[in-house]
Amino acid sequence: MKNFIKAFIFGLATVSISALASSGGANLDHANNDLTDKESLKNGFKTYINYCLGCHQLQYQRYNRTFKDLGIEEADGVENYMYTGEKAGDHITNTMPTKEAAKWFGTAPPDLTLEARLRSPDWIYTYLRSFYIDSDRPFGVNNKVFKDVGMPHVLQDLQGVSTIDKDGNMSAAMGGSLSAEEYDVVVRDLTNFLEYVGEPSKLERKAMGIKVLIFLFIFFIVSYFLKKEFWKDIH
Amino acid sequence: MFTNFMAWMDKRLPLTDAWNKHLAQYPAPKNFNFWYFFGSLAMLVLVNQILTGVWLTMSYEPSGDGAFASIEYIMRDVDYGWLLRYMHSTGASAFFIVVYLHMMRGLMYGSYQKPRELLWIFGMLIFLVLMAEAFMGYLLPWGNMSYWGAQVIISLFGTIPIIGDDLTLWIRGDYVISGATLNRFFALHVIAMPLVLVILVFLHILALHEVGSNNPEGTDVKKPKGSIKPEDQSKFKFHKQYTDKYDIVDAIPFHPYYSVKDIMGVAGFLIIFCWVMFFAPDGGGYFIEAPNFEPANGLKTPEHIVPVWYFGPFFTVLRIVPDPLFGTMAMFGAIIVLFLLPWFDRGVVKSVKYRSKLHFINLTQFSISFIVLGVLGTMPATPTANLIGIVAAFGYFGFFVALWIYSKNEKCKPVPERVSH
Repeated sequence: MKNFIKAFIFGLATVSISALASSGGANLDHANNDLTDKESLKNGFKTYINYCLGCHQLQYQRYNRTFKDLGIEEADGVENYMYTGEKAGDHITNTMPTKEAAKWFGTAPPDLTLEARLRSPDWIYTYLRSFYIDSDRPFGVNNKVFKDVGMPHVLQDLQGVSTIDKDGNMSAAMGGSLSAEEYDVVVRDLTNFLEYVGEPSKLERKAMGIKVLIFLFIFFIVSYFLKKEFWKDIH
Repeated sequence: MFTNFMAWMDKRLPLTDAWNKHLAQYPAPKNFNFWYFFGSLAMLVLVNQILTGVWLTMSYEPSGDGAFASIEYIMRDVDYGWLLRYMHSTGASAFFIVVYLHMMRGLMYGSYQKPRELLWIFGMLIFLVLMAEAFMGYLLPWGNMSYWGAQVIISLFGTIPIIGDDLTLWIRGDYVISGATLNRFFALHVIAMPLVLVILVFLHILALHEVGSNNPEGTDVKKPKGSIKPEDQSKFKFHKQYTDKYDIVDAIPFHPYYSVKDIMGVAGFLIIFCWVMFFAPDGGGYFIEAPNFEPANGLKTPEHIVPVWYFGPFFTVLRIVPDPLFGTMAMFGAIIVLFLLPWFDRGVVKSVKYRSKLHFINLTQFSISFIVLGVLGTMPATPTANLIGIVAAFGYFGFFVALWIYSKNEKCKPVPERVSH
């Protein structure tokens, strides 16, 4: 019977090892972004408006909510972040026709409000730094993280472009206006912004969580002594 | 003033009597241990689900076009909407954790044995309805995993010969999962199932209070009338419904003793619950799965379609059988054998403490098999996983067969008449 139990424990171990093995996939770089860094979020927001919004909506997120959370005055926000005459309370959308877009890119560019929750911030950070030249693709680039993606390398002006060898090693990007370090910062800020947009109440949630847990610890101690007091005569 | 009011009420409704019968003068064994917290915790979670559910319903839009966006509306625009939603989604997983532990308690201490068969059946019906409730609720966010999870589960009914196709059509209300399916699932999730659930919980408690609570020793705190000397009886006053027929030993009134103890249990539970809810509400991708952050898309299948973790054990049983019809039967069989547990167990000794070593081993291997099946259910099916799944499924079903065989003439230790501590 002992062997029987051993076999089960072995089974459990095998299961957990194969679970670890299957969770790998492409190796992602760590974004190390910081949701409390408002400047980073503002930069990311700006980059998003300038480079991403043309194709990718944030249709569940409102401008004024973003201004409020990022510490941008509403008048300032309307002036500097809104280009197409929407109202501050509107959702962050574009006017790209979905059907046409699907024709242009093979598939319509997805909404990115929840991208950081769907794929993780690290994925976004790595993805935007993994474009390489591939003349077989319609836009001349491919991506190491998202194979045969329909998207061109929109940040090519900034990063330049890499090449890839047979073993999948990427060269340093050439021909961009930013150094590799500067580009990483731009992408990190953008990633940071997308993580924020994925769950705007995340910081509020954690702040509330600490207060609630402190209360519950005290409540637990009180309830423990209350129980003890009531039960002291029960044997 | 209050006394007058209560007197007025009591003439018209047995309020004080019910309070005494079920709380203040209900004889609960004095030796409940850690495992006995989970019944009251299940009630707490049920109340949490109902309350947060009501408020979520106020802002949720049950339509194929609007459901996904309305969840994000709740998460962003509704005051504390994110809190309500996370309380509800974390609550769903917590419900199953608590209920599984509650069932485990029943297995360990033989709380399903005579005379508690009906109590156990009500409990199992609660579990069954809870699974239906959770399954339908999981479609409502209208995420891609919601969609494909429902697709897989509903297609199980299509394996039934002859009527299968018509049956799936009838369940979905459409040829594919669509807004029509979402609407009916919403109706069932917010009205029909909760109503049935609350009624079953009521019956579960009523049946419990009729036969009385079991305890970790598996002894009876209700002894035949006149068999216990007055000085050996419990010194507390119990309701005459109990004392008229029995002499009560080793018991204490549920209120205030277990009400204060359960408050402590609630506090402990809430610490863990809130820890998860505030700091990891998607439960590492198990409570809210990542593909569900993408709207339902009938043309885009998620990489691995796996149900939420709490269906894992039953999903694995389904998956390891190559034939879909037999797989479905095995899956439902895994639930049916649980219903029949009181009749599989032919023993008279209740608690695992006083039963044979064989029973202890059998129960242990059953728990491990169940967990292994659950873990496998959250992973993609590979040949290795299937092989382990088959072994674990044998462990699961084998538990009942073995129990039926050895429990008839089981060598048990003598059970003490009284709770000794």
